[in-house]
Amino acid sequence: MQETIIKFAPLLLEGCMDTLYMTVLSTFFAYLFGLPMGIALFITKQGGIAENKPFNAIFGWVINILRSIPFIILMIALFPVTRLIVGTIIGKNAAVVALSVAAAPFVARMAEQSLEEIDSGVIEAARCMGATNFQIIVKVLLVESIPSIIRGLSITTITLIGYGAMAGALGAGGLGDIGIRYGYNRFQPNVMYLTVVLLIVIVCLIQWGFGLLARKVDKRNTKVKSFGVNFIGGAKGVARIYKK
Amino acid sequence: MIQIEKLTKVFNSGEAGEVVALKDIDLHINRGDIFGIIGMSGAGKSTLLRCLSMLETPTSGTVLLDGEDTATLKGRKLIEARRNMGVVFQGYNLLMQKTVAQNVAFPLSLSKTPKAEIAARTEELLQLVGLADKKDNYPSQLSGGQKQRVAIARALATNPLVLLCDEPTSALDSLTTKAVLQLLQDINHKLNVTIIIITHEMSVVKSICNRVAVIDESRIVECGQTETVFENPASDITKLLLGYEVNE
Ligand SMILES: Nc1ncnc2c1ncn2[C@@H]1O[C@H](COP(=O)(O)OP(=O)(O)O)[C@@H](O)[C@H]1O
Ligand SMILES: [Mg+2]
Repeated sequence: MQETIIKFAPLLLEGCMDTLYMTVLSTFFAYLFGLPMGIALFITKQGGIAENKPFNAIFGWVINILRSIPFIILMIALFPVTRLIVGTIIGKNAAVVALSVAAAPFVARMAEQSLEEIDSGVIEAARCMGATNFQIIVKVLLVESIPSIIRGLSITTITLIGYGAMAGALGAGGLGDIGIRYGYNRFQPNVMYLTVVLLIVIVCLIQWGFGLLARKVDKRNTKVKSFGVNFIGGAKGVARIYKK
Repeated sequence: MIQIEKLTKVFNSGEAGEVVALKDIDLHINRGDIFGIIGMSGAGKSTLLRCLSMLETPTSGTVLLDGEDTATLKGRKLIEARRNMGVVFQGYNLLMQKTVAQNVAFPLSLSKTPKAEIAARTEELLQLVGLADKKDNYPSQLSGGQKQRVAIARALATNPLVLLCDEPTSALDSLTTKAVLQLLQDINHKLNVTIIIITHEMSVVKSICNRVAVIDESRIVECGQTETVFENPASDITKLLLGYEVNE
């Protein structure tokens, strides 16, 4: 195993960088398009600030349909579009196109969900204060849902890492590509295991990092003490019980 | 200052059919009043207030604000009218991700108010409601009474002529209720803001309202000076709310 690690370290490192490259870029584009889509869904629903039932119904259907296409099929179906945008259908840039298109409707639903969590009374209060719809979106919806959107961001990123690995089967590059090429095509399972371990580490780091960030920016339960304080407090409590 | 004439509101709620929430409401509220609107749960109080705050449009009838029909207001004029009206809610409805000061400054940040002016006004309002030392706290760190004070300060930010309060003390204990009512009374005296306060508790009306209307099953059943209504309740529902025994 050690030999494998040493021999393949440069390749695996490059794979990591490619995976991160694809994930970061596609997450960015997915939010660039998905977030406004989610806001549009939220504000046009019944009772929303820009209620529009037909639009909401049709748009909702479009998003559902896009979301139900299996990723690999979507990627193949997008080949002509991908070629138009990046000039090729293989490599990491090509994968970014497919990943972004696949994730945008997913992001839209997640953003919609995050916005649903906001107390409708707060939106109403803003309306009473004379806020325009645009001001409500920018100053109320986006601000109040930030912690929830960050949590969604971690789910999206991790999902995109998984999709990115799948895209490896179609020549996207990254850790998935390495795993398939060496593990499956060349019967070197050790390389495949290594790519899986690396993917696990990346996923855990993302989950942990975004979780921490979400908790840090959320002002709703600032009374809740940090883990350290809780831990010390808990230990003190236990000590007190034992003294009796 | 506010004239409500033949106001009717009917909700079309799908399977449940039509719900008549307000029926032929006539009310006149004068400048400087602390006007109480009292009734049991489901009587239509919140709907009435939502019609006043232009969150709902009346099915028929009119709400005149200084002679102007609020239903016809649009765009700039609607925003202006809303800024002349502060609203305080039972559930506070504060922005949870913003500090106390940012919440109070919020209505001002919606118009192009200079930063220095916003800061000065926020400071002044927090002083008024007695929360100057909490300006950098978040709503989640405040008690119910403190949250409602922030909400009141926020509602006053744009110097409104009227303050509409929907059960502002219903979520608070009796001591905190007293303090919040005292604050509303001070505001009425000091700033000459007309206050309309909705409640289901007679004690609230008794302690600060000069006039009161009793609403029951979507209609106004009684209206007048608080003392008159308290001394000579004309309707059974008023007697009930006052704690009299009512023979069926
Ligand atoms: N948006 C709505 N859609 C349908 N019915 C409603 C709506 N809002 C209020 N109602 C109905 O109108 C009546 C009066 O409600 P409300 O004004 O909230 O009463 P109150 O505030 O006095 O408790 C109730 O029967 C309620 O169910
Ligand atoms: Mg109510």
